Amino acid sequence: MTTTRADRVHAAAYRMRHHILDMGEVQGQGYVGQALGVADLLAVTHTDQLRHRAEDPEWAGRDRFLLSTGHYAIALYAALAEAGTLPVSELETYGSDGSRLPMSGMASYTPGMEISGGSLGHGLTVAVGMALGLRFQGTRQRIFNFLSDGELDEGSTWEAAMGAAHHQLGLLTALVDMNALQADGPTAGVLGIEPAEQKWEAAGWFTQRVDGNDVDSLLAAFDAAAERAQPVGQPSVILCDTRIGRGVPLLETREKAHFMRIDEHEWQLCRDQLTHGHEGARAQ
Amino acid sequence: MIASFADPGQRTASAPFGHALAALAESDERVVGLTADLGKYTDMHVFAQAHPERFFQLGMAEQLLFGAAAGMAEVGLVPFASTYSVFAARRAYDFLCLDIAEPNLNVNIVGGLPGLTTGYGPSHQATEDVAIFRGMPKLTIVDPCDSVDIEQAVPQLAAAEGPTYLRLLRGKVPTVLDEYDYTFRLGKASVLRGGNDVVFVSSGLMTMRALQAADELAQHNVDVSVVHTPTIKPFDAETVLAEVDSDRLVVTLENHTVVGGLFETLASAVVSRGLGTRVVPIALPDEFLDAGALPTLHERYGLATSTIVDKVLGELG
Repeated sequence: MTTTRADRVHAAAYRMRHHILDMGEVQGQGYVGQALGVADLLAVTHTDQLRHRAEDPEWAGRDRFLLSTGHYAIALYAALAEAGTLPVSELETYGSDGSRLPMSGMASYTPGMEISGGSLGHGLTVAVGMALGLRFQGTRQRIFNFLSDGELDEGSTWEAAMGAAHHQLGLLTALVDMNALQADGPTAGVLGIEPAEQKWEAAGWFTQRVDGNDVDSLLAAFDAAAERAQPVGQPSVILCDTRIGRGVPLLETREKAHFMRIDEHEWQLCRDQLTHGHEGARAQ
Repeated sequence: MIASFADPGQRTASAPFGHALAALAESDERVVGLTADLGKYTDMHVFAQAHPERFFQLGMAEQLLFGAAAGMAEVGLVPFASTYSVFAARRAYDFLCLDIAEPNLNVNIVGGLPGLTTGYGPSHQATEDVAIFRGMPKLTIVDPCDSVDIEQAVPQLAAAEGPTYLRLLRGKVPTVLDEYDYTFRLGKASVLRGGNDVVFVSSGLMTMRALQAADELAQHNVDVSVVHTPTIKPFDAETVLAEVDSDRLVVTLENHTVVGGLFETLASAVVSRGLGTRVVPIALPDEFLDAGALPTLHERYGLATSTIVDKVLGELG
């Protein structure tokens, strides 16, 4: 049986989820629920999509991946480990004093971390500048900005969305984690952002909405975006509906919280459920 | 017609910032210009006409302006991004702080209408921009006096590694400092003239007023030294305190609120050094200022040459 792209992404996402649980246990906390939710998406970007050199994260010809949601760093570290940019053995330092892996992502700390996110609504504005700058320099590098549905509350996101369309930044792709949850509760109750597709379309973007935990759908959406990617053209957005805690039933069914509580004895249970679910899926 | 604070008949240069940036771009291919729908009002239009392919209009979107400037610097360009000082300082602070200053990017923020340089009232008057920006680590703050300062500062701002903020004087900008043995050096203060009775420590357009006031005070037999400190941060305490550490009357002059600007910068340097020198501030009051005509407002709030002279004579008794 040949190994397909989807198989490779599935395998990477599975390993990333284990990394995420291991890092979460180090600190006894973290944005584990969100990170598990976006593991499939980041497995696609970091093992299938981005042009990069693992041994040279500053390579000038690399595609750019901007993590606007700094608190999702735990997920990106797992992806960077899969991409070979970070050694897996380093992940256990997550959040510790002197570690290169702080709990909120910062460019000055971590290889492969392009910006210091965390103040939400910034990433897409910086991505617009990178896209303008790289196009001005005559390159065809792509720029991916990862943001959350909560960041669609921020006016600056829409300043950037309009700016990208106006300047026809066709090599820019926004990836929105639509997990329907933000700090104070469900997104629909905090500040409704639907209909999200129509808003991005109205802003001038090529818009796709997919199940962000379905690898085949993700790959198809990335392929469609890549096909259209041109230095002068429509920017592209992929709205990814994800499930918090994906892969670990204990967390998938737990009451949704921005900062999910996981008791000390539960980490191993989470890992066992993740492993069991993965093996069950493979057996089918 | 842009309101000017130049005196009638005073020598001026037109749009010195725009011309200096356009000239710099000839020799430095990294230089790009950005604005947020205020190109014509920050003299950026001169650069845009000279180098249209290197000019980027971001629309009336200041958060995007500075986020995008950060992104351009991230890929090796040297952006100059212009808007009004009120919008840079009040509206886009988070973007300047986290996207530009924290990663120490070479982004040059160009702010029009600093302090009291417009009669449009508090929506346009950036009377507290220096106070806001002084707390931002890594940011260099420059308050130029005239067209000479601006022309000489622009290449030095581009050459400086980290972010800078320029309090822009725009339109017909007075030319003053070419009459003195002076060159702009980023981070350095200069003693423009010596004097035995009073020390003026000034920045921005208030150095022009300080020099005028010094001439008038000479007619009252008051001998005034003028120290121009166009870089507010980092502050050249060595040069300034060498003048301040004396028994002369020390006066700061700034186009900014008395809170958090040059006066407090000097005061903290004086205290840190253990000097007991009294410092008299000439600055804008800690208030939202009136709208109206600029010359009248400068008199009302104490920035006019005549009010400076009166204040100093009063202090000297």
